[in-house]
Amino acid sequence: MTKKTKNTSNNNSENYISFNIGGDVYETFSNKKYRNRKGYQPVEFDKVRAFMPGTVKKIYVNEGDKVKEGAKLLVLEAMKMNNVLFSPSDGYVKKINAKSDTMVPKDHVLVELDIRE
Amino acid sequence: MSIKTKTVELKKRMQSATQGGGEKAIEKQVKMGKMTARERIVSLLDPNSFHEYDLFVEHAARDFNMDKKHLPGDGVITGTGTISGYPVCIYAQDFTVAGGSLGLMHAKKITKIMDHAMKLKIPIIGINDSGGARIQEGVNSLAGYGEIFYRNTQASGVIPQISVILGPCAGGAVYSPALTDFVFVVDKISKMFITGPEVIKSVLGEEISMEELGGAKVHSEITGNSHFYSESEEECFDQIKKLFTYIPWNNSKKAEAFPKKAPKSKMYNIDKIIPSNPRQPYDVRDVIKSISDDSDFLEIQENFAANMVIGFGRLNGQTVGFVANQPLVLAGVLDVDSSDKAARFIRFCDSFNIPLVTLVDLPGYLPGVDQEHAGVIRHGAKVLYSYSEATVPKITVILRKAYGGGYIAMCSRHLRADFVFAWPTAEIAVMGPEGAANIIFRKEIAEAKNPEETRKRKINEYKRKFANPYVAAANGYVDAVIEPSETRKFVMHALEISSQKDEVAPKKKHGVPPF
Repeated sequence: MTKKTKNTSNNNSENYISFNIGGDVYETFSNKKYRNRKGYQPVEFDKVRAFMPGTVKKIYVNEGDKVKEGAKLLVLEAMKMNNVLFSPSDGYVKKINAKSDTMVPKDHVLVELDIRE
Repeated sequence: MSIKTKTVELKKRMQSATQGGGEKAIEKQVKMGKMTARERIVSLLDPNSFHEYDLFVEHAARDFNMDKKHLPGDGVITGTGTISGYPVCIYAQDFTVAGGSLGLMHAKKITKIMDHAMKLKIPIIGINDSGGARIQEGVNSLAGYGEIFYRNTQASGVIPQISVILGPCAGGAVYSPALTDFVFVVDKISKMFITGPEVIKSVLGEEISMEELGGAKVHSEITGNSHFYSESEEECFDQIKKLFTYIPWNNSKKAEAFPKKAPKSKMYNIDKIIPSNPRQPYDVRDVIKSISDDSDFLEIQENFAANMVIGFGRLNGQTVGFVANQPLVLAGVLDVDSSDKAARFIRFCDSFNIPLVTLVDLPGYLPGVDQEHAGVIRHGAKVLYSYSEATVPKITVILRKAYGGGYIAMCSRHLRADFVFAWPTAEIAVMGPEGAANIIFRKEIAEAKNPEETRKRKINEYKRKFANPYVAAANGYVDAVIEPSETRKFVMHALEISSQKDEVAPKKKHGVPPF
């Protein structure tokens, strides 16, 4: 009555993956969700990205400026809200990849910082 | 006026009320591949068993010229009937009437039939096909939803609640199904989401179709919001009818017993299912079918977190809930999704007096940053919580691997399994042989002349000593080591002698499970 799972109806052992759990290796099927899982992305202290697609409304800094952690960098309008983005660390503004009143996609690097001591 | 003329008037009124949104709207509904609300109720319930109430309810909207509009039945059909003789309360939203939108009186009809279900202690079935809140009725339609959610929560664990999604079910409306016990979806017809594609596009600029966002496949494979997936409404109703044979009317009753039937041992030979190499997989559903009556098994959420198998079967004619690791998918590991899936099912079974039979074969938890950051600690804890909390008879059979935290979680003696059996192939240990040997004998392996050879020797030594059921049996954690072919006999006996089990949990308002 019920449908077989895609992963399991096809009992073809050639499709097994080697799956290591705690040093022991098992033959098994993978699944879509496991294959599509996202890898870990380390926290970036030298980049400010658009956390959502949106429009850059205002830029407070210029390239070369010295900024403190928590300093206002720019305003990104997203979800009908003006979101102020702050500097994640002390340093110098190395590059600004944004212009006022332009749309940016999600994860777009808006500001790059030089954070060397 | 004579009785006859009055009866004629009644018939006229009924005819007008039962035609829903009229021919055109019905034509549209049919074109979408959907049955009408009335057809749905009739095909799900036993022939001639449906009795409708509140047919003449009128809507209460007065603003925006709504007072001039007539909405037959206010867009929802409610009543009682039977499914294979079992009494049920039922409601079905009628998309042909104002898009099945929920106004105050629409909601009152639903809450009234829900109250009936609670009072009469019989299951409630809700067929959802609605555009959402009736905007013209403003806060009254929100109040209506709230009243439904409250009743869903009060009824949870008292009477079985079934939601059937046969159309759109968006925004707040999705929370009634989410609060119920089983959600049925049909391919290309069901659509569930909190914020629709339009909103997502305007806010995030992401384009996605309704089907990709919240279609039946998405909810049965990715989100786990649905429990049963089918390709047509007829198939969906068959699934509901089948489910009803396994569950009781309410939490003070047991599911009805059926005549005992032997498994189909030719098709499912328990001695031949498990491969000799412990690292090779097999389909644990074959093990379930090799011990259940008539090899019958109704799997729940089969396409979601397939590394865990849950569902109903019968032993000795009595319904049991099977919970089993599936070595065929991701080696049967516990992870966020499979933990949620198992925990909720365990709580359903415990609420409705359905004994639990757990089949164990897992290497542990799924490693990964994504898992840790998704809160596998909190989610994994749900399995421990729900097994520990459950007071129904709990029988555990350890088939092969039972390592580490996974061993504890899968209804071990320590979480108060009533009986724990292990096959001779069982490996009950703190971790797998390779991993354990590498840690325990690290120094010896590193200092050996031939480290690789020493490592292999030490792994074998560990395997011999610990990768078996006898260490756990020596401690009394396993009650009996049994041959695979004896499983049905042992489990049936354990269930039989546990039938009067009456464990009382410590007095409390309720626990605080790691939701």
